[in-house]
Amino acid sequence: MNPQTTPEASDSENPISIPENSVLDLQKVSISYSGNPAVNGVSFPIAEHKITSIIGPSGCGKSTLLRSLNRMNDFVDGVTLDGQILYMGQDLYGNDIDPVALRRRIGMVFQKPNPFPKSIYKNVAWGPSINGYIGSMDELVEQSLVQAALWEEVKDRLHESALGLSGGQQQRLCIARALAMSPDILLMDEPCSALDPISTAHIEDLLFELKSNYTIVIVTHNMQQASRASDYTAFLELGNLIEFGTTRQIFTVPQQKRTEEYVTGRFG
Amino acid sequence: MTNKHTLEKRGIRWNEYFIRSGLGLCTLSSVVTTGVIIYILVKESLDFFTEVPLMDFLFGTQWVPLFEPSSYGVLPLLWGTLVITVGAAFIALPVGLASAVYISEYASPKVRTIVKPLLELLAGIPTVVYGYFALTFVTPLLRSVFPGFNVFNALSGAIVVGIMILPTVATLSDNALRAVPDTLRQGAYALGATSFEVTTQVVVPTGLSGIMASFLLAISRAVGETMAVTLAAGATPSLSLSMQESIQTITAYIVQVSLGDTPAGGIAYKTIFAVAGLLFVITLALNTLSQWILSRYQAEYD
Ligand SMILES: Nc1ncnc2c1ncn2[C@@H]1O[C@H](COP(=O)(O)OP(=O)(O)OP(=O)(O)O)[C@@H](O)[C@H]1O
Ligand SMILES: [Mg+2]
Repeated sequence: MNPQTTPEASDSENPISIPENSVLDLQKVSISYSGNPAVNGVSFPIAEHKITSIIGPSGCGKSTLLRSLNRMNDFVDGVTLDGQILYMGQDLYGNDIDPVALRRRIGMVFQKPNPFPKSIYKNVAWGPSINGYIGSMDELVEQSLVQAALWEEVKDRLHESALGLSGGQQQRLCIARALAMSPDILLMDEPCSALDPISTAHIEDLLFELKSNYTIVIVTHNMQQASRASDYTAFLELGNLIEFGTTRQIFTVPQQKRTEEYVTGRFG
Repeated sequence: MTNKHTLEKRGIRWNEYFIRSGLGLCTLSSVVTTGVIIYILVKESLDFFTEVPLMDFLFGTQWVPLFEPSSYGVLPLLWGTLVITVGAAFIALPVGLASAVYISEYASPKVRTIVKPLLELLAGIPTVVYGYFALTFVTPLLRSVFPGFNVFNALSGAIVVGIMILPTVATLSDNALRAVPDTLRQGAYALGATSFEVTTQVVVPTGLSGIMASFLLAISRAVGETMAVTLAAGATPSLSLSMQESIQTITAYIVQVSLGDTPAGGIAYKTIFAVAGLLFVITLALNTLSQWILSRYQAEYD
């Protein structure tokens, strides 16, 4: 839990294409579950108002790394983190950081849609209301649903249960719910893996829209999705960062042989 | 075409036949037993109601079945049952739910593995032990604080029945809370909610139907409880509002008559079938309601 201070962290493996404005800066981040390492000394920046994708074979630590960015790992017993994650210059795991307040700024969308068994309206309004939102809740709900490209489909049934929506609609509702908090950063863990191609296309379009206002980090198994949708890509394998760079670089001129093999589908 | 597997019958499989009929007989015996009980209850109650009008029974305020001049108004017994049940629910529902929330949402896995079996053990203690506990501990304690209390009093009965049904509420509500998918908690935490907000606004509302079912089951146990109330609250049918006094519940009355020397076949004896029938209707209604709530709750998660 106690991060060691390593201020001189620099990305020696990636001399090119370091984004200028990073909101999150991972510095030699290592994470283990009850002593079993899952992520080993990973360093890369997350650029502001860009989409960064994290790719890699199953079990390589993508979700673990993503969950460390809004301290969702705090709920898992036995997790320890070494290294530092800087959020606008502040140590995310510093003693003065309130994880609850942090999660209002760094939202998350999960792999499986997990709407609350409440109405569509309440799903979106719940986060802002517990956090003391002042302003028109109706407007906020509408605006969030519009941003998540769900408004047209649900505007006549806002007070019906969210469990009556299709999987793809539920996932967009979960995105709307996260957006209603107006977070700085949106973390998404394989948000399309439970969805059909049409819903997936919806959500990819959505990512493009959201990019101008939000910083997005997305874990994905889908190479097309990573190459289409993201600006930067981090490739992990067995808990190690193999390569980080612009998505174009990673998919066209990867520096590492492993990366090339993975993105061209020859393993993993 | 292969003819390794023929489709012709190989004759009756005797062992399967016996197993099936054996199992069927076991089921049949419990169905028949229930049927016989209901038949006797209905028949004897009908007998009773040929002598005492149903309305006098349901709305009469004097329960004096064993002495002359006799009177068969069941309200005092219903009142006794109600006082004990409501009093017990006042104790057991909030404390039981709070314990369930603690075990399911706050306790460390280590604490949970110790506390949960303890609660289940508590639920298995014979009820006469609770009655003894009321007489030797709760009542003396009450009387030392409030000297006006009778040796047999309603409050002691309510407290001890409350303690008795508390583990039922706690363990069943805990099961209901634990059935709430973890992904919902995570989704709530990811919106910047505190543990308290997640618990009270997401987890408990999601598990609400299971919690309600646990409440109803516990209440129906309180309604049907016999030994503990007889020992704690005594055998004085009364419509008294004071919890210091002795009262009598339906079940305690049945015990009193069954153990006494009331001649079988007489009208006094038949009263126990009438009140037992009433009790049966009440608990059946409560159980059916809780089953109905539970089935709705399971449907939500499929
Ligand atoms: N709660 C946990 N407790 C113990 N070990 C865990 C836990 N979660 C993950 N791990 C381990 O950490 C490693 C990384 O897991 P993680 O879920 O981060 O992988 P992933 O890259 O997201 O895989 P996938 O693509 O299959 O989702 C795995 O070896 C996994 O077994
Ligand atoms: Mg994962």
